[in-house]
Amino acid sequence: MEALVAIAIGVLTGAGVFLLLRARTFPVLLGLTLLSYGVNLFLFVSGRLVVASSPLTDQGLEVYPDPIPQALVLTAIVIGFGMTALLVVLALRAIRDTGGDHVDGGER
Amino acid sequence: MTHLVILPVLLPLVAGSLLLLATGLGNGARRAIALVATFALLPVALLLLERVADGAHLVYALGDWAPPFGIVLVVDRLAVAMLLLTAVVAAASLVYACSGDDVRGPQYHALFQFQLLGINGAFLTGDLFNLFVFFEVLLIASYALLLHGLGAQRVGAAMHVVVLNLIGSALFLFAVGTLYGVTGTLNLADLARVMPLLDPDLAPLARSGALLLLGVFALKAALLPLGFWLPRAYAAATGATAALFAVLTKVGVYAILRVYPLVFGPAAGEVADVAAAWVLPAALITLAFGALGVLAARTLRASAGWLVVYSVGTLLVAVGLFSEAGYAAAVYYTAHSTLASAALFLLADLIARQRATGGDRLDVVDAMPHATVLGVLFFVAAVTVAGLPPFSGFVGKLMVLEAARVAPGAVTSWSVLLLAALVVIVAVARAGSALFWRTGPATTAAPPLDRRSVGAVAGLLACVVGLVAWGGAATEYAWSTARQLADPAGYVTAVLGTDPHAWEQRRGQR
Repeated sequence: MEALVAIAIGVLTGAGVFLLLRARTFPVLLGLTLLSYGVNLFLFVSGRLVVASSPLTDQGLEVYPDPIPQALVLTAIVIGFGMTALLVVLALRAIRDTGGDHVDGGER
Repeated sequence: MTHLVILPVLLPLVAGSLLLLATGLGNGARRAIALVATFALLPVALLLLERVADGAHLVYALGDWAPPFGIVLVVDRLAVAMLLLTAVVAAASLVYACSGDDVRGPQYHALFQFQLLGINGAFLTGDLFNLFVFFEVLLIASYALLLHGLGAQRVGAAMHVVVLNLIGSALFLFAVGTLYGVTGTLNLADLARVMPLLDPDLAPLARSGALLLLGVFALKAALLPLGFWLPRAYAAATGATAALFAVLTKVGVYAILRVYPLVFGPAAGEVADVAAAWVLPAALITLAFGALGVLAARTLRASAGWLVVYSVGTLLVAVGLFSEAGYAAAVYYTAHSTLASAALFLLADLIARQRATGGDRLDVVDAMPHATVLGVLFFVAAVTVAGLPPFSGFVGKLMVLEAARVAPGAVTSWSVLLLAALVVIVAVARAGSALFWRTGPATTAAPPLDRRSVGAVAGLLACVVGLVAWGGAATEYAWSTARQLADPAGYVTAVLGTDPHAWEQRRGQR
């Protein structure tokens, strides 16, 4: 289970970084989205993985998942969503103003 | 528990929301609300200053949830100094913006208030995740302010800033997740208490989390090699926005100054002094590059942008020493450099507005209109940023040099500091002579000087002069702040109390 989650985080982050280095607004946007998926998953498991238990807690449960990372990841998702929306608008605006989708502006 | 502590966050929040929702308001009413809310931050900061003067920490537990379970705001000398500085710069920048910049795009005043909300929140927060949240608040407001009054150049610069900072945010979350996974807490005081007790097997993880965090703060503070976005972005922003952004880089410096002495200080056991090997070399490179950038700049705004990089370099040399003298120098230099850069950004905008041709380019064009007033302002600003006597730049530089003298590697840091200072003096002198002396034929009818704009610049420069006139009090405050920073036990006790029971119970659950 741990290995699977670790690999998933690694693949998401790796793909995100690769796309970020493409220097065109659309791949960069996708890259940032993938990176934030990787981050969210990482944050979520930073309270350790708990298997076969209740999602929060229950009476008489000895082992239950840490609720704080769940709260953190919720906040991170909301903020990431807002930032992505802003970046989409900015990217569209940049294409209109500079006539290209290179992150340095214009067509390269 | 005093509610005064949360006012620097609440005031801009309420004012910003009001401005956002009250769509029917005219320009005058908007300006009035914004000005009242911004100027009200000054007495709040001064009252807080009085409360912490005896070295107390004011701890405000939101919703009365006891730390480390709930969220806390903590005010100490450093936080108050930053709040006061922000209030002064924001007031001057808003007065300047009210002379016309604010109507070039919608919702300028609301965005300005949200920017203040984020900045003040970042200074007040006592836990790492809220530091992230307030960083995001101030960043999203800063993106919008940067784009205010759109232009192709501004969109291009904003794109870099947004993408870089989004990557920074992702790294911030990785760091936060790592530290939480290792320690089970994000409260700064609690982190400081857990670090010395850390399992040695987990130390490498904690160390990588700490260094990742340092990378994020370095990006916000524009420490090279992560700072190349800054000059272009600041030069593209409107004058008033760029002046406010002078505080923004200092938020990154503040975060380093807050987190590293407290959590990863000398008492942190396996992870002690984790940042010490990195900050000083990077700061020296930043300093050298910043000085060269100032020399190479072809407009006054670009040169002011590179001066920000240069001042961040100097500042982090002081921080990077991780000594009491270094902290004192950093506190004083922060106040000086923020005020001076803000004044210079406003002045560059004012000069660009006055010159019919040439804008703020450092070229020989028509003679400068209103050369006496603008010349005096520029002279004071230039002498200050170049670190020449008699103004605060000289005192600040002296404190940094004195702190570096007793630290290892003094020869290197002294050489870089002094050579860079020389380069900056040459560059600023060249800028001044190009703008004011070697001018062509007299220009025809220049627009009259806007009194309020001149007043905003003069007000900032008066504060710089005040830092010298009341130099004894200012340096004494810097030293007492440094003593507080060098002794993290006071902070930990103030937040968590002397009873470790609550913390032990929590550890037992994990």
